[in-house]
Amino acid sequence: MTVTDTTATPAPVFGAPVLEASGVTMRFGGLLAVNDVNLTVHEGEIVGLIGPNGAGKTTFFNCLTGLYKPTAGQVRFAGTPLPPKPRAVVQAGMARTFQNIRLFANMTALENVMVGRYCRTSSGAFTSVLRGPKFRREEAATRTRAQELLDFVGLGRSTEHLARNMPYGDQRRLEIARALATEPKLILLDEPTAGMNPQETRQASDLIFKIRDSGLSVVVIEHDMRFIFNLCDRVLCLVRGETLIEGTPGEVQSDPRVIEAYIGTGEDEDEDEAAQVRDTTVAEEEGKS
Amino acid sequence: MSDDLTTPTRAHTMAWPLGLAGVALVIIGSFLSWSFDGGILGDLSINFYPGSLQILAIIMAVLGLVLLLVEKGPLKKPLGQWLDATLGLRALGLTLTLYMVLVLIAISVESDGLINVNPGGYISTVGAILLLVSSRMLPLRQLRDLSQARLPGWAEILAIALMMAAVLFGAAYALGLTDAWAFVLCLVFITAVIAVLFRTGVMRWFGHVAQRHKKVLTLAAFAVAFFFPFTQNGSDANMSIATQVLIFAATAMGLNIVVGLAGLLDLGYVAFLGSGAYVAAMLSTSAFATIDWHPPFLVVMLLGAGTAATLGLIIGSPTLRVSGDYLAIVTLGFGEIFRLTMFNLDGTNGPLLTNGPNGIPGIPELEIGSFNFGDSHVVAGIELGRFANYYFLLLLLLAFVILVFARLNDSRIGRGWVAIREDEKAAEAMGVNVFGLKILAFVVGAFLAGLAGTIKAHQDVAVSPDQFIFLESAFLLAAIVLGGMGTIAGVLLGATILKLLPEKLRFFSEYRLLLFGLLLVLMMRFRPEGLVASRRRQLEFHEEDEELAVAIESELVEEAK
Ligand SMILES: Nc1ncnc2c1ncn2[C@@H]1O[C@H](COP(=O)(O)OP(=O)(O)OP(=O)(O)O)[C@@H](O)[C@H]1O
Ligand SMILES: [Mg+2]
Repeated sequence: MTVTDTTATPAPVFGAPVLEASGVTMRFGGLLAVNDVNLTVHEGEIVGLIGPNGAGKTTFFNCLTGLYKPTAGQVRFAGTPLPPKPRAVVQAGMARTFQNIRLFANMTALENVMVGRYCRTSSGAFTSVLRGPKFRREEAATRTRAQELLDFVGLGRSTEHLARNMPYGDQRRLEIARALATEPKLILLDEPTAGMNPQETRQASDLIFKIRDSGLSVVVIEHDMRFIFNLCDRVLCLVRGETLIEGTPGEVQSDPRVIEAYIGTGEDEDEDEAAQVRDTTVAEEEGKS
Repeated sequence: MSDDLTTPTRAHTMAWPLGLAGVALVIIGSFLSWSFDGGILGDLSINFYPGSLQILAIIMAVLGLVLLLVEKGPLKKPLGQWLDATLGLRALGLTLTLYMVLVLIAISVESDGLINVNPGGYISTVGAILLLVSSRMLPLRQLRDLSQARLPGWAEILAIALMMAAVLFGAAYALGLTDAWAFVLCLVFITAVIAVLFRTGVMRWFGHVAQRHKKVLTLAAFAVAFFFPFTQNGSDANMSIATQVLIFAATAMGLNIVVGLAGLLDLGYVAFLGSGAYVAAMLSTSAFATIDWHPPFLVVMLLGAGTAATLGLIIGSPTLRVSGDYLAIVTLGFGEIFRLTMFNLDGTNGPLLTNGPNGIPGIPELEIGSFNFGDSHVVAGIELGRFANYYFLLLLLLAFVILVFARLNDSRIGRGWVAIREDEKAAEAMGVNVFGLKILAFVVGAFLAGLAGTIKAHQDVAVSPDQFIFLESAFLLAAIVLGGMGTIAGVLLGATILKLLPEKLRFFSEYRLLLFGLLLVLMMRFRPEGLVASRRRQLEFHEEDEELAVAIESELVEEAK
């Protein structure tokens, strides 16, 4: 099944393309986890990535961020090709969160975010041992910036809390703060509301809008259809590693193949999602902007 | 434990007088003769003239008395709600009984049989047992959190000073003991005091005080170390051991950066010490030195450390890219290759650099400027000999290594290391230069070991391949694991214990490895984070312990204020 949808041309309000992934393919032995997927993300755009379990969404993220080296395909970021190395990816300006939270559990919230500043600071071994004014300045700036980011995601009061002690929802937000600390132009969120209650989910929505408004582009994986259709400017649906459809929320939602894909997997959870796809009303969709 | 917290029973009311009786018996017994033979254990044979081992028993008994009075008596009001006197008494009862039993054994071993024990010895032993029994009968109580106890600032600093003075005095006293049994007994005494301090909670309080007065404590610790040679009155025996301890501690502290901070397992670390030592030896003015160039020592130091760091880079670059287990194996191999290379660079199997198995003997005393480290000096009426000179230099080295350790730990780089230990993949995905930071730890560690090696060569007068066997690397690692990975105080303690005990307990030397092995196994089972635990390691070793995590978190919040 190849991409047949040609309605993917973005609305003109968005800026230049930030991320251009073309023909990304990832093969694990006999399994084609991601097959020839294209994705372009523009400045200030929120793109949703949906698909039933095992569709290859996380694998696609891993290919973009250099955790996996794609079998084929190319990733360009801000016009230049991106090598599949996590550090180069972060340095270029693409940060991510993880589906199964991967915080530094025994560090405090503040320290977690400060680690995120690593790639934007430069104090080396000599500077650290000598403790000149430059070191002090940079250290203080790192601390201030980390605190600002904690405030930004709404964790301003959990600064000294250990990541492992924090509630689930807070851990997800802390992961976002840590990713933001790397000063990305594009942030990839892998199921940022998994395990959250409706209120927290709403807050997460607001947070993502806030991130977009501060000038970033966002790609978000989610199973919560209401959340996705409410949030995104464009949605890409993956099924068995291939792009099923890419378009505006309205287009994706009304496409019968999407519902079919979810029902086809036969899992309870997915059927719920299929129902959600059907139920999410256009009214909600319009109310968002 | 909860069943102990019930209302007083008859056993509870009996316990206190019983304990008092025990204390009295120990003191009375200690004033009487313990041993028929006056020639052993520093003379315990004279009535009403207690020998030093008897004085230690009296001190322990007085400690017991104080705890009993905290339990029920005039000291209950000011201290009762803070100190856990019951747990303290239990620890004291146990250690005091152990002490007395060992005294009886020591007397019967050193002179012939139990027949030589005089009634005083038995009276004190019975007293100790009474105290042990009574402490078991005392009820446990709920206490207030000691971390909230506050004294005026001067009193806390005084407490630090007293603690340091006690350490200095204790170290000088223990080192002065020549008799192995007396030394063992002294160790039991020290264990008793430390156990009481820990169990009553005083140590936890002290930990908080230390946190509040970090600078004072550091200064005090260095002052103690600095004044140690002045307590030795020109005696070389202990100073020689002390310099060995210092060089071992400085090396262990360097390895602590690799193991404790970056979390890399290096099993061949002693090779870096060796490369520094060999560089210094080859460039020295020894008749056996192989290179006819004798730059000033500062240059030698940099060359030695630089050589070690270069070797570190060569070993590290290919191996640090792969997972941790390979590093352990490669470093193990590297340690052996280093030793064998030194063994073979003898002019027949390779170029003549190291004189092979004979090594390079006759390395002259260090000379920095016009100061010769072999000369004695009299300072404030106290003679400071050759070892004291090296001692001060090594103290400086140790201070430098600690400085590097502490500052790297508390920096962007230190945070990167923690992140790598926590979750290497996530760290990488957050832009941390994982490979670079590992290499950095490895090279800095090697550099510091090389630095220590250059001094070691002069201090030991000779270098040979058999000084740098795998066992030495293993001991360095053991010092870190025993003391507490990633801590400064812990590794200093571990290094001191591991270097001091074998020196003092020579009659144990055959069982040395067995004992250390046993010690490490026990540590891993009961306290994997080491004697002095860093918060982080405590958290890492107790992933499941929610309570601990909450407790540590509240400390962190407290400190942030
Ligand atoms: N490292 C790997 N080795 C082998 N197979 C893998 C690997 N990672 C993922 N897969 C497989 O690739 C497929 C896609 O997995 P992926 O985690 O990307 O799905 P997903 O869309 O994120 O699903 P979910 O919604 O459950 O998170 C699955 O069949 C999975 O088993
Ligand atoms: Mg996934």
